[in-house]
Amino acid sequence: MKEFLMIALGVLIFVVIFQIAKASEYVSVLKGEDKSRKQNNKINAFMLIGLLVFGLIGVWYCNELYFGKTLFPQGSASVEGEELDTMLYITIAITGVVFVLTQVLLFWFCFKYQEKDGQKAFYFPHNTKLELIWTTVPAIFLTVLVVFGLKYWFKVTGDAPKDAIVVEVTGHQFAWEFRYPGADKVLGKTNYKLYTATNNLGVDFEDPASLDDIHVNTTMHIPVGVPVKMVIHSQDVIHDVGLPHFRLKMDAVPGIPTTQWFTPKITTAEMKKKTGNPEFNFEIACDQLCGSSHYAMRGVIIVETMEEYKKWLAEQKSEHSVLFPAKPMEQNAPDSAAGKQISQALPVKK
Amino acid sequence: MSSAATLHHADVHGSHDAHHEHHHHETFITKYVFSQDHKMIAKQFLVTGIIWAIIGGLFSVVFRLQLGYPESTFPWLEDLLGHWAAGGKLKPEFYYALVTMHGTILVFFVLTAGLSGTFANFLIPLQIGARDMASPMLNMLSYWFFFLASTIMFCSLFVQTGPASGGWTIYPPLSALGDASSGAKIGMDLWLVSMAMFIVSSLLGGLNYITTILNMRTKGMSMTRLPLTIWALFFTAVLGVLSFPVLLSGAILLLFDRNLGTSFYLSDIVIAGKILPNEGGSAILFQHLFWFLGHPEVYIILLPAMGMSSEIISVNSRKPIFGYMAMVGSVFAIAILAFLVWAHHMFVTGLNPFLGSVFVLLTLLIAVPSAIKVFNWLTTLWRANIRFTPGMLFAIGFVSLFISGGLTGIFLGNSALDLHLHDTYFVVAHFHIVMGVASFFGMFAGVYHWFPKMFGRYLNNTMAYIHFWVTIVGAYLIFWPMHYQGLAGMPRRYYDFSGWSSFNMFSGLNEFISFVSMIVFAAQLLFVFNFFYSMFKGRKVTDANPWGSNTLEWTTPINPGHGNWPGEIPEVYRGAYDYAKDGKEFIPQNVPVGDDESKGH
Repeated sequence: MKEFLMIALGVLIFVVIFQIAKASEYVSVLKGEDKSRKQNNKINAFMLIGLLVFGLIGVWYCNELYFGKTLFPQGSASVEGEELDTMLYITIAITGVVFVLTQVLLFWFCFKYQEKDGQKAFYFPHNTKLELIWTTVPAIFLTVLVVFGLKYWFKVTGDAPKDAIVVEVTGHQFAWEFRYPGADKVLGKTNYKLYTATNNLGVDFEDPASLDDIHVNTTMHIPVGVPVKMVIHSQDVIHDVGLPHFRLKMDAVPGIPTTQWFTPKITTAEMKKKTGNPEFNFEIACDQLCGSSHYAMRGVIIVETMEEYKKWLAEQKSEHSVLFPAKPMEQNAPDSAAGKQISQALPVKK
Repeated sequence: MSSAATLHHADVHGSHDAHHEHHHHETFITKYVFSQDHKMIAKQFLVTGIIWAIIGGLFSVVFRLQLGYPESTFPWLEDLLGHWAAGGKLKPEFYYALVTMHGTILVFFVLTAGLSGTFANFLIPLQIGARDMASPMLNMLSYWFFFLASTIMFCSLFVQTGPASGGWTIYPPLSALGDASSGAKIGMDLWLVSMAMFIVSSLLGGLNYITTILNMRTKGMSMTRLPLTIWALFFTAVLGVLSFPVLLSGAILLLFDRNLGTSFYLSDIVIAGKILPNEGGSAILFQHLFWFLGHPEVYIILLPAMGMSSEIISVNSRKPIFGYMAMVGSVFAIAILAFLVWAHHMFVTGLNPFLGSVFVLLTLLIAVPSAIKVFNWLTTLWRANIRFTPGMLFAIGFVSLFISGGLTGIFLGNSALDLHLHDTYFVVAHFHIVMGVASFFGMFAGVYHWFPKMFGRYLNNTMAYIHFWVTIVGAYLIFWPMHYQGLAGMPRRYYDFSGWSSFNMFSGLNEFISFVSMIVFAAQLLFVFNFFYSMFKGRKVTDANPWGSNTLEWTTPINPGHGNWPGEIPEVYRGAYDYAKDGKEFIPQNVPVGDDESKGH
C-alpha cells in the first residue's frame, strides 16, 4: 500500500510539474520570449551564486559531520602510515585551495557577467603569458606531490627490514588464513596440487621447513613495534588484503605471490582505549571483488605486546602435528627438535 | 546590427525549400530503421542510449536500496525479480550482477555509444560541412552492431544463472571460472560476446569519424578552423580505434580460457575443492589488456563532453573560447597521455614499484592539460555576456564537476595515497563525479543545445531548469560525502557493511545517499519525458540559428534533409569562435572576412 501511495505521489508531482512547465511556456510566448528569457537568466545567475555559497557551506558542514568518522583523527596504526597521513594533508591543502579558487571564480564570473542590456562581451581570444602561467604553476605543484609520493612509495614497496616477522597470508573464497614459519623462521613450501580438504593450503610436508609451521584461521596475531612482512597468496580468484588502519593494501593473486610490510605502532588493547570502543578490532577487508560473499571476507589482526605475542605463538600447535597426530611427536619438545624428528620419520626427497 | 544581416545571409538557402525532397524514394524502413543518414543514425544512438540509461540508472537505485536500507525488505522487489530477491531482499549475487551491469551499461552503452555515437554522428558532417559520413553504409552497420550488442546484453539479464557479476572490469579468474560465481557462467559468455559486437560497432564508427574529419571538410575548413567539438570527437575516435582492439583480444583470450581450456589468465587455482590443471597464466595480464582500453575509455567518455561544453560555453558567453590552440593542444596531450597511464589502476596488484613510479609521473602529468582546460573555460567566462540556456547551465555544471572530480584524481594517481584509497568509496566518488556525472552533464548540454537542430523543436525550458538544478545539487549530495567514506577505508562493492566494526558507522549517510539517488533518478525521468514530449509537441523552431552560433550546422534549413544543405555546401572563411569581434555579436564561419576586419586568430 505504501508503495502505491509513493508511486501515486510521484505521478502527481510529475503532472503538476508538467502543467507548470506547459503554462510557463505559454506565458513566456505571451509576455514576449525575449523578456521571459532575460528573467530566467537573472533567476539562474542568482541560483548559481546560491549554489556556490550553499555548496561551500555544505562542504564545511560535511567535513564537520564526517571527518571525525574517517580514520585520520585517530592517526595511523602503522609507523609507515604516518608519512602517508602527512602527504594526504598536504594534498588536501593544495587541492583544497585550487578547488575553492576555481569554483569561486567559475560561479562568480557566471553571476557577474550574466547577460545585461548594453553589456558587451570582451573579445579576448588568447594570451600566451597567461597560458604559460597556468601550465607551469600546476606543473610545479604536481612535481612536489610526485616527489613526496614516490619517496614514500619506494619506502613501503621496498624490501622489508631484515628483522621483520614473516606471516604468510592466503585468501580464498571467502576467508583469510595465516601461516607462521615457526622456530626455524622458514616457511615450508606449498604446492596447490597438494590441496586436500584437511591440508587446504597445499603445504608440502616433505619440506622439513614445513614441519614447525603454524596455521591459523581468520585472526592474525602480530607484535607491536616490529616490522611484519606478509607474503600474500590467493588460491582461487584475486583478493586484496586491505588494512585501512595501517594505510596499506595489496592484492592476493593466484599463482603470483605478493609481499607487503609494515610496522604496527599501537596494540589492539590501546586502540580500544583510544577510540573508546571496546569492540574495536583491526580488520582485514577484502578490497577486490571476489564473488557473492566478498563483503563478508573479513579477517582480524590482533596487535599485542611482544610478550603476549610470544606467549600466543608458543600455545599454537604446528599444522603438521595437528594433521598427523599419530606420528611420533612430543608436544612439549622445542619446535626445531620436533622438526628434526619428523624429517627423519618422513621420506625426504633428495 | 550586422549580426542580423549575416544571419540572414546564412539562412538564404534554407528558407524556401526546408522540406528538400530527395531524388530517391524513401520508405519507412530506409528512413527510420536502416537509415544511412548520419542525423537519423545519431538519433537512433541517442534513443537507444536513453533507454539504456534508464535501465542502468534504475539498477543503481535498486542496489542503493540494499545499501541504504540493509535491514528493510521490499516485497515488490520479489514480484519483479523473483528468486533473486526472495523475501523482498536482494541476494548478494544479484546485487553484484546489478553493480556489474550498471557499470557496463553506463560506461559502454550510454557514455560511449550514446554519447560519441550520437554527437559524432550528428555533429561531424554538419559542423565540418559534409553531406554525410565518408561511408554511410558502415555508419549504419555501426548502429546495428551496437543494437546487436545491446540485444545480447539485454538477453543476458534474463538467463537462469544471472548476468555477469564480476564487476564491469571482469577481472579473471573470477570472470573465468563458472565455479567462482554464478554470474561467471553463461551470463559472462554473453557479456563477452556482446562486448565483441560492441567493439565492432565502435571501430566501424570510429574509422568513419576519423576519415570524415580528415577528408570531407568543406572548402576553407582547415583543421585549425574546426570547432572544438570536432577536435574532441576526432581524438575520441582515435582513442577508440587504437584501444578497443586490445580489449577485444583480451576478451577473446578470456573466452578461450573459459571454454577451450587454455591458461592465459589462470594458474595455481583450487576452486570449490577442485584442483585446476591450468598453469603458467597470469591474472594480471588481463588487467594490463583491460586497462589499456579501460583508461583511454575514460577519455573516450570525457573528451566529447569537454568539446561540447567548450563550444556551448563560447556560444552562450558570446565570447571566443579562450586559447583555442591551447584547447586543441591540451586535448591532444590528454589523448597521448591516456595511453600511458593505464597501470595506475593496478598500483596494488604487486606491480614492480619502479614501473609504478613511471605511471605516477605520467598520471599526474595529465593534470597539466586538464588545468589548462579549466583555466581557459574560466577565462572564457570572464567579461562575457552570459545567457543561461539549459545547455549552458549543464556546460557550467560540467566544468564544476570536472574540477571537483579531477582534483581527487591527484590523490588517486599518487601511488602512495592509492595504497590507502584504492577500491574504496573515494574511488567511487572520484570517477562518478569526473567521468560519470560530468560526462552526463556534457551529454545533457549537447542534447539541450542541439535538440532544435535534431528535431526542429525546443525542449521545454521549465522542465529543463528543474532537471538541471535537481541533478547538480543531487549529484554533489550523493557523491561528495562518499569521499569521507573512502577516507575511512570503506571498500566499494560491498553488499552489506553491518558485519564490520570499521565501516558500520555510516549507515545514516548511506540511507541519505540512497534517498537522494532516487530523487535524482526521478529528475532524469522528467528529462526523458521532456525529450519525447518535445520531440512531437515542443515549441517549433522558427529561427534557423536560434543560439546565434557561428558553426555550420546552423546554416542548414531548420529540418535538414539527407544531404544537409539543399544547395551548395557553404564555404568557410574563419574559425568557429569569432564572437564579440569588431563590435559584432557573432560572425558565422561562412561569412567572408571583410576588408575592414581586424586580424584575429
